[in-house]
Amino acid sequence: MIEKSLIIDILQQHKNDCTRLMDILLDLHKIQNYMDKETISVLAEELDLSRAEIEETISFYHFFSLKPRGKYNIYLTDSITANMKNRKAILEAFERECGTKINNVTPDGLLGLYTTSCIGMNDQEPAAIINDVVFTNLTPYRVKELVKGMRAGEEIKDLIYENYGDGNNADPDVESMVSNNIRKKSIVLKKDYETYTFVKSGIKKYTPTEVIKEIENSNLRGRGGAGFPTGLKWRFGSQSQGEHRVIICNADEGEPGTFKDRVLLTEYPEMVFEGMTAAAYATGSDIGVLYLRYEYTYLLKFLKRILNEMRKKNFLGKNIGGIEGFDFDIRIQLGAGAYICGEESALIESMEGKRGEPRDKPPFPVEKGYLGYPTIVNNVETLVTAVKILQNGAKWYSGFGTNDSLGTKLLSISGDCKFPGIYEVEWGTPLTEVMEMCGAEDVQAIQVGGPSGMLVSLKDLSHLNSTQLMKWYKPSGMEVAERYIDRRLSYSDLPTGGSIIIFNNQRDLLGEVVMNFMEFFIEESCGSCSTCRNMPYVMKNKLQKILDGHGVKSDIEDLLSWGKTLKASRCGLGQTAGNPILSSIFNFRHLYEKHIQSLTEYDTVFNLENSVQTYQKFVHKEPVLFHLQ
Amino acid sequence: MNKKVIATASLAGCFGCHMSVLDIDERILDLIELVEFNKSPIDDIKKFTKPVDIGIIEGGCCNSENVENLRYFRENCKVLISLGECAIMGGLPAMRNGIPLEECLREAYLDGPTVQLNKEGILPNNEELPQILDRVVPCHEVVKIDYFLPGCPPRADLIWDALYALISEQPMNIPYEVIKFD
Repeated sequence: MIEKSLIIDILQQHKNDCTRLMDILLDLHKIQNYMDKETISVLAEELDLSRAEIEETISFYHFFSLKPRGKYNIYLTDSITANMKNRKAILEAFERECGTKINNVTPDGLLGLYTTSCIGMNDQEPAAIINDVVFTNLTPYRVKELVKGMRAGEEIKDLIYENYGDGNNADPDVESMVSNNIRKKSIVLKKDYETYTFVKSGIKKYTPTEVIKEIENSNLRGRGGAGFPTGLKWRFGSQSQGEHRVIICNADEGEPGTFKDRVLLTEYPEMVFEGMTAAAYATGSDIGVLYLRYEYTYLLKFLKRILNEMRKKNFLGKNIGGIEGFDFDIRIQLGAGAYICGEESALIESMEGKRGEPRDKPPFPVEKGYLGYPTIVNNVETLVTAVKILQNGAKWYSGFGTNDSLGTKLLSISGDCKFPGIYEVEWGTPLTEVMEMCGAEDVQAIQVGGPSGMLVSLKDLSHLNSTQLMKWYKPSGMEVAERYIDRRLSYSDLPTGGSIIIFNNQRDLLGEVVMNFMEFFIEESCGSCSTCRNMPYVMKNKLQKILDGHGVKSDIEDLLSWGKTLKASRCGLGQTAGNPILSSIFNFRHLYEKHIQSLTEYDTVFNLENSVQTYQKFVHKEPVLFHLQ
Repeated sequence: MNKKVIATASLAGCFGCHMSVLDIDERILDLIELVEFNKSPIDDIKKFTKPVDIGIIEGGCCNSENVENLRYFRENCKVLISLGECAIMGGLPAMRNGIPLEECLREAYLDGPTVQLNKEGILPNNEELPQILDRVVPCHEVVKIDYFLPGCPPRADLIWDALYALISEQPMNIPYEVIKFD
């Protein structure tokens, strides 16, 4: 166990505040890579929580553990792009070199090998995190070198033999081999903004109400994926009553295939924090938190430095920018590995030291959020965009994009294309143009918006006249079909948080892609609603049955109707957890029908002869008389 | 109007669902006006004597006899209903699915603390005895099931409403409370 005095020390650093349990656990995990019973008992006693409350938090997050982990812990990503780039060979190399199977620790306790969901490195897969250091573009040879280095007891940072990445990735406080891969800059990414202009001078030009008005006029919508109007959110937040108000920047970028926030935090951190300050100014908030996903820990030191610089210049702290009474500061809250914490209410729960389970709504966070205070949660990209809008005006911004989707969007493009990376494109850009941009050829399918989004094709598929199918299918039924021939990125046709994963014609869409996405949802469900806890699992089994050649016509209909029950889930993860299967049936029904038996009406795969074999073997093993004789 | 023919069976169940059928109380007299029973534990008819309109299955399948019986029902019934938790999901008997079958048998016949008399270690392998499946399976994993009536047991009213709807060929009203278990 960890020495009691050490635990008490750490607890005191966090003022024995049980809502800071995440930070406490993160600190403790640095001392010992798992939480033993004694340590948990001490924590429970000192924080006045039950042991179960602490254990349930620990067991919820990937990077916390109740069982001993290694001195070095290797987290190998299981994203679909990693799998497309031969993750299997990397995994085998790790298993062979470490001498242990995945999700195990070597007997000497030196190396822990684990699988983990997408770590936001889709443009440079296969990637792994080892003791918070990211290694990208892994090869079996590199794996050999890494394991050898770890066995020799080397510092993990010294095992980066490659050049550091471009831009701030080479900053002394980052020193990471991650590359930004910015391929297309437009109005937001263009470096034509002198940092801190807003806090220096802009703030004096606007009253808080005018800031909100300007953002409302620009029609900026949340860039995390859901697309809630940002101005409206700020307005609601400013109108709610509370002792404090809270601005949270959501940098828990967990949607597989998204990595734009990583790049924004690396290259535009000042603008992110400035955006938070602007939001605070507009809404009268005094508490700011950047919720950074654990996978991006390598940016932590760098981001803290930027915050300190801002404090020194009085861009954070008391009377910011000379405005009497405008007090605002930002702290960074690390996550600990959970996709669901990207959902705003789950994120808030996590910030309060609990399991990241979404809350029932209403009340919405803008009314009652972090610690019960009105809380505004904005995506990283939203905040950066807001700063640009405040600089150049809503009118300027409205000149870009389409009527229903103004402005630009950062796309994180990965998969089968020549140039994976970040592209800033105007809303309304047709998918075909995006494909040209990134050098994708022979495109079979595109996953727009990550696993919770849609799997679409570039081609027109004529089976689409089944109106029944379209009725429930988001976003807008018939409209989708009409635009089908030329699909565009927009809130009304293809909304996206920015993840674009491309699959060429050699990919096995169902067996490889859809299966991977379903496994992702099964792994990442918080388990709170029975729909999301069970249905993805049941649907995945049904898909497996179809792939095994046991499928019948009614199986497809079953999948479609079962998928609807997921809409009863509490949060976005549950509601969209069936989308990989549903959207692939919708857009690639022929792939399913290829596997379906045409003559059989019902096939359960059940086989009586096989099912009794274990029994027969067991009872016949010993020579016994029939007891009736 | 010809009376509809009904058959029932209890497979790997506890007969609780059958008890629930009896819970329709005096309405059973109305039911008798509308239907006649064929193969069922209620009248102890062992073999189907005519084609059946509605087959009602309680319990899932835990052994070969359950499976054969269920298939026999499917062949002879126009409509087949899974009645109750065990038929629909395996229910209580399916709790053994998490334990390897060998372990279950060893505990039951050889090593269990209450196994006193089986000194020779005899295992039940008479050919008359049904053979145990390695996993308890719900009915729809063996044959096609047309309707599912949830509950443990399903309420008598639900059974009555469902039977009445089937017999009268009217749509059935299923209130939210009946299908909400979480």
